[in-house]
Amino acid sequence: MTTTEQTLEDIFNKHPHAHRDSLIPILQETQKAFGFLSRESVVAIGRHLDLPTSKIYGVATFYNQFRFQGIGKYYLQICRGTACHVKGSAGLLAALKRELKVDEGQTTRDGLFTLDVVACIGACGLAPVININGEFHARMTPDAGVKLIRDIRKKEEAK
Amino acid sequence: MTTLADTQTDARIDPLIADALIDKRSDAIDRRIEELKRIKVAKPTIYIGAGTCGLGAGAAKTIAAVKKYIDDKRIDASVVEVGCIGLCCEEPMLDVQLPGKPRVSFRQVYGKDVDAILDGAFKNEWPKEKVIGQFRTDGVSPIDGLPYFDEHPFLKPQTRWVLANCGQMDPDSIEEYIARGGYKAFLKAIHTMTPEQVCKSILDAGLRGRGGGGFPTGQKWLMAQKMIAEQKYLICNADEGDPGAFMDRAVIEGDPHRVLEGMLIGAYAIGATKAYIYIRAEYPLAIQKLEIALERLKAYGLVGTNIKDSGFSMNFIIKMGAGAFVCGEETALMNSIEGKRGMPRPRPPYPCESGLFGKPTVINNVETFANVPAIIANGSSWFNAVGTKGSKGTKVFALSGKISRTGLVEVSMGMPLRQVIEAIGGGPANGKKFKAVQIGGPSGGCIPDQKLDIPIDYESLKEVGAMMGSGGMVVMDEDTCMVDVAKFFMEFIQSESCGKCIPCREGTRRMLDILRRITRGRKSESGTDALTRFKGIMVIERLAKVIQDTSLCGLGNTSPNPILSTLRWFRNEYEAHIFERKCPAGVCTELRLFRIDTDKCIGCGMCLRNCPADAIVGEKKKAHYIIEDKCIGCGNCKDVCKFGAVELIK
Repeated sequence: MTTTEQTLEDIFNKHPHAHRDSLIPILQETQKAFGFLSRESVVAIGRHLDLPTSKIYGVATFYNQFRFQGIGKYYLQICRGTACHVKGSAGLLAALKRELKVDEGQTTRDGLFTLDVVACIGACGLAPVININGEFHARMTPDAGVKLIRDIRKKEEAK
Repeated sequence: MTTLADTQTDARIDPLIADALIDKRSDAIDRRIEELKRIKVAKPTIYIGAGTCGLGAGAAKTIAAVKKYIDDKRIDASVVEVGCIGLCCEEPMLDVQLPGKPRVSFRQVYGKDVDAILDGAFKNEWPKEKVIGQFRTDGVSPIDGLPYFDEHPFLKPQTRWVLANCGQMDPDSIEEYIARGGYKAFLKAIHTMTPEQVCKSILDAGLRGRGGGGFPTGQKWLMAQKMIAEQKYLICNADEGDPGAFMDRAVIEGDPHRVLEGMLIGAYAIGATKAYIYIRAEYPLAIQKLEIALERLKAYGLVGTNIKDSGFSMNFIIKMGAGAFVCGEETALMNSIEGKRGMPRPRPPYPCESGLFGKPTVINNVETFANVPAIIANGSSWFNAVGTKGSKGTKVFALSGKISRTGLVEVSMGMPLRQVIEAIGGGPANGKKFKAVQIGGPSGGCIPDQKLDIPIDYESLKEVGAMMGSGGMVVMDEDTCMVDVAKFFMEFIQSESCGKCIPCREGTRRMLDILRRITRGRKSESGTDALTRFKGIMVIERLAKVIQDTSLCGLGNTSPNPILSTLRWFRNEYEAHIFERKCPAGVCTELRLFRIDTDKCIGCGMCLRNCPADAIVGEKKKAHYIIEDKCIGCGNCKDVCKFGAVELIK
């Protein structure tokens, strides 16, 4: 078995005799393990749950959480909720797009950053908020956002 | 005997608390309860707000600095990570409680501030500018010169029932929850009340769904209780998809047991043996708190088969959302749990009759469940004594946006909205003029200054074109463009529309097109665009009515609300956009123009390099110039200019 197959096996073993209602948790665990949903994973999940691949893609493409391409080392989610919008998250997003030279949903050429937006992180009292690999940064101004990127870049170059 | 510090994952239980749960009494039990309530402490105790807000503001560094301080100085102290107390604008917050002294709360304590604050506390020095207030403590003399925490203008007008424990206790500790009276209501229900009596109690209390629907909870429970089926389900809707709402997240992170107790009581009331908690994936900390809380419930035998010999069995399952706003809608949520696309179902049949997997199901919001234990413990008349005729009890709001004090607010129904905005929130920040407060998320509406004196209740808010919704309250000031706000919500709704029914799928697209046309610049207009613009705004009201009447679910039929409410109260802004092609607030980029002040410009060229439309000309070291016809109003030049030489012409 390849490591991919082994990882998938481990996930399936946590859901023995699984039915349709385990599909979304399995998709979530698969994305957590690989960073995205590859065609190979989706076919394997279909075999385990006895579901056609088309049905699985139908479900996976419905939800914003699922990705079908790899992401960069740092996954940046900019919150575009109401409070963040009113406090200037559009300007923050524009500044980050300028700095990284990518659009929403894209990864920088060096594979370091993926820029994405999310509907609402739920830390509205401290808007604007961004999430980098699970770490929340609050009260972000465009300048603070750009500085954060540059600090990460410096750290990576030092390695 | 387990100590306070040992409550980690695991099946270890505190025998004294296990006894207290089944109403045994002894001096040792009483002492233990007092110790857990931390009204007085035996050793220095340091509390740090470690909810998502606190962590986002830097609390992780604060916690590390505190631990280092007590390690280095070899002080025997307890460090308690608590949830959000609700005063978001002052995060990260740190409280110090020394033996014999009241608990004192400090504002904005970053990692670098910890040493000075703790040094001062141990020397009985309390820097006024860092102190928010001291807690009132029976039997402990207050510290001279420090204000009381509960008199802070943000906290004083609040009625904190649901938020009672948030920020006060360790959310991971079921023992602390039990010491504060937790699970008494659940045990009272399963040992001394019939399911029907429980439903009636909630009905008499007048509790209405806090997720936005406002449906009488007791009535929903009674309908499900009466159904005869071999399997029934209870679902907690913790999806909280409304942008601007974070009440449910804070309650789950700060006091998860209150929600679980409400669910246990609800499951008993309707006869459900399985309860699902559907929580959005964007709340990883809340999910973790729930998992810990469920482990502790199992350890104390408060969940599972034949709970405490009552004959009632129940189990919890946590299901994570996958990033779809429409899954906050009850039938779409059920489809999501079933592993399908999150598309709503037509009703009837209603979930009480045929819901999850086709079985009778009751689905309620987190805050609704969080209200239940207190109603069962204190009785329905305690609850319905507060509030207005149609809206009883309290409501938690998430106050954010352009306001001085942001955070979580719990007030009794009936309080004038103005009091929340001005007295509690402190009015608009930075001396700006208040424009509107948006209540109810994408299904709600904007309320202008002249309507701020309405009482907070379900009916009054509907009358002014808004909605209680889940409780998100976003304040907007003179720099916010109301047409842009309507467009923002419409873009959100359009991208989150599931696509199943035509009125929503096509209707929201049309409304968005109309708004986009209004905010588009003159340059990108073609011949018939101006005519279509005028027609669009006339058609909107009829279009909205059709969408409201014929959409399959709440997302669709409330989608016109943001446009309708902004049109109602801010028609002048729409007219400025349509007829004068100007954005009075200076937000809509394509209707803006920028100009360089030649006196301030030093010719560094930063603006030129960052202009996406090549609209700036100029030689090095000479004043630059923006070509009006080419300018698309993006604002890059103003953002990058370090000399303040770029001005916005509205």
